Amino acid sequence: MFKKILIANRGEIACRVIKTARKMGIATVAIYSDADRNALHVQMADEAVHIGPAPANESYIVIDKVMAAIKQTGAEAVHPGYGFLSENKKFAQALEAAGVAFIGPPAGAIEAMGDKITSKKLAQEAGVSTVPGYMGLIEDAEEAVKISNEIGYPVMIKASAGGGGKGMRIAWNDDEAREGFQSSKNEAANSFGDDRIFIEKFVTQPRHIEIQVLADGHGNCIYLGERECSIQRRNQKVIEEAPSPFLDEATRKSMGEQAVALAQAVNYTSAGTVEFIVDGNRNFYFLEMNTRLQVEHPVTELITGVDLVEQMIRVAAGKKLPLTQKDVTLTGWAMESRLYAEDPYRNFLPSIGRLTRYRPPAEVAAGPLVKNGKWHGDAATGETATRNDTGVYEGGEISMYYDPMIAKLCTWAPTRPDSIEAMRHALDGFELEGIGHNLPFLSAVMDHPKFVSGDMTTAFIAEEYPEGFEGVTLPEDQMRRVVAAATAMYRVSEIRRTRVSGRMDNHERVVGNHWVARMGETEWPVTITADHDGATIRFADGQDMRVTSDWRPGTMLAKLMVDGSPLTLKVAKIPQGFRVRTRGADFKLFIRSPRQAELARLMPEKLPPDTSRLLLCPMPGLMVKLSVEEGQEVQEGQALCTVEAMKMENILRAERKGIVAKINAAAGDSLAVDDVIMEFE
Amino acid sequence: MKDILQQLEDRRAEARLGGGEKRIDAQHSKGKLTARERIELLLDEGSFEEYDMFITHRCTDFGMADSKPSGDGVITGWGTVNGRLIYVFSQDFTVLGGSVSETHAQKICKIMDMAMENGAPVIGMNDSGGARIQEGVASLAAYGEIFQRNIEASGVIPQISLIMGPCAGGAVYSPAMTDFIFMVKDSSYMFVTGPDVVKTVTNEVVTAEELGGASTHTKKSSVADAAFEDDVQAISEVRRLIDFLPLSNREKPPVRPFYDTPDRIETSLDTLVPDNPNTPYDMKELIEKVADEGDFYEIQENFAKNIITGFIRLEGQTVGVVANQPMVLAGVLDIDSSRKAARFVRFCDCFEIPILTLVDVPGFLPGTKQEYDGVIKHGAKLLFAYGEATVPKVTVITRKAYGGAYVVMASKHLRADVNYAWPTSEVAVMGAKGATEILYRSELGDTAKIAQRTKDYEDRFANPFVAAERGFIDEVIQPQSTRKRVCKAFAMLRRKKRSMPWKKHDNIPL
Repeated sequence: MFKKILIANRGEIACRVIKTARKMGIATVAIYSDADRNALHVQMADEAVHIGPAPANESYIVIDKVMAAIKQTGAEAVHPGYGFLSENKKFAQALEAAGVAFIGPPAGAIEAMGDKITSKKLAQEAGVSTVPGYMGLIEDAEEAVKISNEIGYPVMIKASAGGGGKGMRIAWNDDEAREGFQSSKNEAANSFGDDRIFIEKFVTQPRHIEIQVLADGHGNCIYLGERECSIQRRNQKVIEEAPSPFLDEATRKSMGEQAVALAQAVNYTSAGTVEFIVDGNRNFYFLEMNTRLQVEHPVTELITGVDLVEQMIRVAAGKKLPLTQKDVTLTGWAMESRLYAEDPYRNFLPSIGRLTRYRPPAEVAAGPLVKNGKWHGDAATGETATRNDTGVYEGGEISMYYDPMIAKLCTWAPTRPDSIEAMRHALDGFELEGIGHNLPFLSAVMDHPKFVSGDMTTAFIAEEYPEGFEGVTLPEDQMRRVVAAATAMYRVSEIRRTRVSGRMDNHERVVGNHWVARMGETEWPVTITADHDGATIRFADGQDMRVTSDWRPGTMLAKLMVDGSPLTLKVAKIPQGFRVRTRGADFKLFIRSPRQAELARLMPEKLPPDTSRLLLCPMPGLMVKLSVEEGQEVQEGQALCTVEAMKMENILRAERKGIVAKINAAAGDSLAVDDVIMEFE
Repeated sequence: MKDILQQLEDRRAEARLGGGEKRIDAQHSKGKLTARERIELLLDEGSFEEYDMFITHRCTDFGMADSKPSGDGVITGWGTVNGRLIYVFSQDFTVLGGSVSETHAQKICKIMDMAMENGAPVIGMNDSGGARIQEGVASLAAYGEIFQRNIEASGVIPQISLIMGPCAGGAVYSPAMTDFIFMVKDSSYMFVTGPDVVKTVTNEVVTAEELGGASTHTKKSSVADAAFEDDVQAISEVRRLIDFLPLSNREKPPVRPFYDTPDRIETSLDTLVPDNPNTPYDMKELIEKVADEGDFYEIQENFAKNIITGFIRLEGQTVGVVANQPMVLAGVLDIDSSRKAARFVRFCDCFEIPILTLVDVPGFLPGTKQEYDGVIKHGAKLLFAYGEATVPKVTVITRKAYGGAYVVMASKHLRADVNYAWPTSEVAVMGAKGATEILYRSELGDTAKIAQRTKDYEDRFANPFVAAERGFIDEVIQPQSTRKRVCKAFAMLRRKKRSMPWKKHDNIPL
C-alpha cells in the first residue's frame, strides 16, 4: 500500500479523501492556492504545498505545478477528487510518466469518456441506449442554430469537457440557441480551457439517475446501485438520494449491467459513474460517464457500506476488489443536501464572504458503513446517520474563485420517510451565517409533497418554484408549535430581565402568563402555565401544547420538545420577539402582553421602500458589459448588463418595459450587493 | 363619603381622557399612541404612580380661561422598568397640542427634582407643538427652568428623550441636553426653525421630514442616537437601553444574570483580520463575539460609521464599546467619528461604565475639508475624553494603530488600564509605505530599493512587539481568547479608583 498520497484538490473533497487515507494509515499531502492558505484541507493534511495564485487555472489545474508538488513531497499516488484535473488525461499521462499512481481510471478511459461525443459512440457500441444528438464539433452560433433545428427543439447545448452544470444551456428557440451557444462556449473556455460544444435532444420529463461502478485492474467490475439526482437547478444537482424511489429491481439491474458493460469496454478501473436520463416509462438513456469520484458519492457509501475512496486507493495500488456483485446490497435510504453559498431569495445568486458562524449538526454514525467498520471520523452511533462532508470552518472565507458548495449534508435511515425526517432536523440544526445560502430552500424541498412522495423530474425546481424561492409559510399546526416554543422562550427571557440589579425592594416586576404572539397579521393569544420541567401553552381554542427545553436567553439554536416531538429553531432577538428560522421559513414573531398587543395593533404598517424603478446589483461581482444606454427604451426581458460573479456570467434583464434614466456603473466596476446599477423613468 | 370618592373617580376619568375621544382618534390615525399609552408601554405593568393629575394652567389671556384641562398637557410620575425606579414625563398632544405652559413645565420640573434627589433616570416623551403662545414669556421662562434642570442633572442621572411627534423651536434644547435622543420614523421631527421660517428667511424649500425627520437626525446631523419604526418599538428599545444604564452616578452599572461563559473561545476570530492589510473586515463581528450572548446596543449606528459606539455586557455587567470600523473609510478618525466617540466616552465616564476600545485605525483623515472644519479641535475631544475618563479602560488593538490616532484610541499613555494587542497588530507612526517614502525620499526613483526599505520597515515596526517591548502593550493575545482576556481584565478592574486633580470643571475643546 502507498505510504503517502497527494490530493490534487481543495475543499470538502480533499478533506474527505484525507479522512479515509488517514484511516488507512497513509500520509497525506495537500496543495493550496493563495486563496486557500488557511483552508481546512491544508490544516487536515500532514503536509501542504503552495501551488500558486487563487484562480484555479493558475494553480489547481496547472499540471506542472502539481507534478512539482508531488516530486517535492515524494507522494506515491495522487487522488484528484472531482473537477480540476480529475478527468484530465494529460495529467494521468504525466503521472504515469513520472511513475506516480493515479487514484482513478487509466488515461485511455478518461479520454474515451471525457469527451461526450466519443463516449456516446462508445456507449452505443457497448449496447448502451443513448439520446439522439449531434456528435460533431460546432463551429459557430449559426451552425448551432441549424443543428438545433435538425434535432428539433428543445435542445441541450453542452460543453464537451463540461460538468457540474457549467457550460450547459437549454434552448427552446433559435435566439436561445444562439445565445446559449455563445455563453456555453465562454464558460467552457474559462472553466475548462476547452471550448468545444455539442448539442443533443433535450428529453422532457426526465429523471437523472446514475449508476456507481467500481472496477479493479484484475478484470472485476461491479455496480453499487443507483443515485437519484433529479433535484437540480439549471443542471446543478442540489439534492441526491440512494436508492431512487422510482427504479424497480429489473430496471436497476439492466442499468447496472449496461453501466458495467460500458466500463469494461473502456478497460475501466477505479470508481466511476454512468449517468442516465430516465423517462416516465422507465426508459433510460446514457448521458455520460464521469470517470471520477462523484460529489454525491456519500449516499452510495451510506447504503452499501463501501468506502469508495478506500476502494479507489486500493485499486490504484493494484489490489483486487474485496466484493463481487452478489455481495452488493442496498440497505436503508440515504439523502444528500448540497449547501451552496447561493442566496435563494435572490434567485440563487452566488454569495461570497466570511462564515461568521458555521456550526453543522453533530455527526451521527449509523447504517451499513458502521456495520462494515467503514465510517470515517469519530461520530457517536445512533439510529439514523448524519454525515457532513465539508471543507470550511467558522471564520473561513467563501471566495469567488471556486465552486460555491459549502458542505454536503447527508442522512441515512432505514426508510425514505425517516431519512427525510432526519434531514429536516439536520437542516434545522445547521447554523450558517455571514453569507447567503440555500439552507431554507433545502428545507422547503424536504417538506414539499411531491418530493416526499418521490414524484419528481429534473424540472422539479423550475416547475415548483417558477418565480424563484420566496421562503416557506408554515402551516397552522407547525406554526402553533413554533408559537408555543417561542412564547415559553420569551417568557424566560423576560423573567431574566427582572433579575437585573438595582431593583426597588418589594416592587419587582411580575412577568405575566398571558401573551399574544403575532406574525404578520395573524395573532395567537396564549396562556402559559410554567412549572419546573417546562411550560404548558394553552391556545384560545383550548388546545394545550407542552414545551420542554434547556434553552437559555442568548442561545441562537433553540432545541425544544413540543408535545413530545423535537423542534429546532434558529432564533435572534428583535424588539418584542424573535426572528425565527425553521423548516425553510424565516419570519418575525412578536410576543407581547395583551395590552402591548392591543397598542401595537394601532401602529401603522410600514412598507419597504419602492425599488421597482431601480436595477440593483443582486450579488457582489464585476460589471462585464453594459448592454443599454441612458435614454434607451427597453423591453421586458431585454438584457441590461452582464455581471460576473463566481466565474459565472449573469445577464440582468429588464423586469418590465421602460426607459433607462440613469446608469451608475461602468464596465470593469466592482459592485456590491444592492448597488444601484440603473434607474428607470 | 361615597360621593366624594365618586367625585375623585370622575375627575380622574376626565383627566385620563386628555383631549377627548376625537383627539385621541386623531392621534391614533397619525400612527401615534397617546401620552398615557406610551407610559403604559414604558413602565412595568401597573407600576405607574402619577402626580399632578389635576394641575391646570393659570392663564386667562386669549380665551384660555375657558379651557382648563386637567393635567395641562403633560403626564408625569414614576414607575419601574424591570423593577428599577424611573421618572417619566409624557407630553399629551391631545391637550392643547402638548404646548408648554408655566404649569406644564412645573410638573416636569417637579419630577426632575425628585429624580435628582432620589437618584433615578428621567425619561421624557416629547410630543408638543412648542411654547404656549398665549402665556408669552411665562412659557419661555418655564422652558428655561427645564433647561437649567437638564444641565444640573447632566452626569448625575441618565436623561433620555424620546421624540414622538413635533419638537420645534426652543423646545429642542431640552432633549438636546439629555444623554440620548431617540426618534420615531415618519411621525417625529425636530428643528430650531420650521420649514415656513426657513422659506421666508433663506428661500430654501424643504419639508419638515427633510429638515428634521428621523433620517436627517440619525444620518446627517447626529442629533438623534437612533430612530425606530414606531412608538411601540421605540419604547421597547428604550426599556432595553435602561437595562444597561445605572440609575445615577452614585451607583455602579447594573448587573444581571447571564447565560454565557466568560472564557468562551471563538476560534473564528483568528481569521477575522484578513491577510491583506488593506482588506476591510467587520469590527461588529468582534464586538458581538466578545459580548455576553452577542447582545450589542448600538448608539448612533447610522452616523460616522467609521467608528462604532454602544453597550454590551461582560459577565452580566454593562461595558461601553468604542471601536474603529475598517469597513467604512478604513476606520479613519475624522471630525464626525471623533465627536461621536468623545460624547459616548464621556457618557460612560459620567456613569461609571467601563470602556472597551477596539482599535484598527490608520490615522486621521487628511484634507482641507477636515482642517477647515477644525479636525484639530474635534479630534482633541476624543483624546481629551479618553484621557479624563477614570473608569476601567481596556483596549484591544486588532490591526493598525498608527500615529496620533494610536495615542487617541485609549492608549497606555492616556491611562488605559489594560492594553492588549493581537499578533496581527501594527503599532507604528504610520504605514510602512508612507514611512519609507519620507525616510528615503532620495531613493524614490529606485523602486527595487524602496520595496526593500518598505519591507525592512514592515519587519521592524509592522507588529505589536516594539510597543510590547516598551510596556505600551501589556500582552499580545490570541484573537480567539479575546473575550476571556477582556472579561478577566474588567473583573480585575472592578474596584478601580482613580481621580483627577480637583478643578471646577475641565475645559474640553468644545
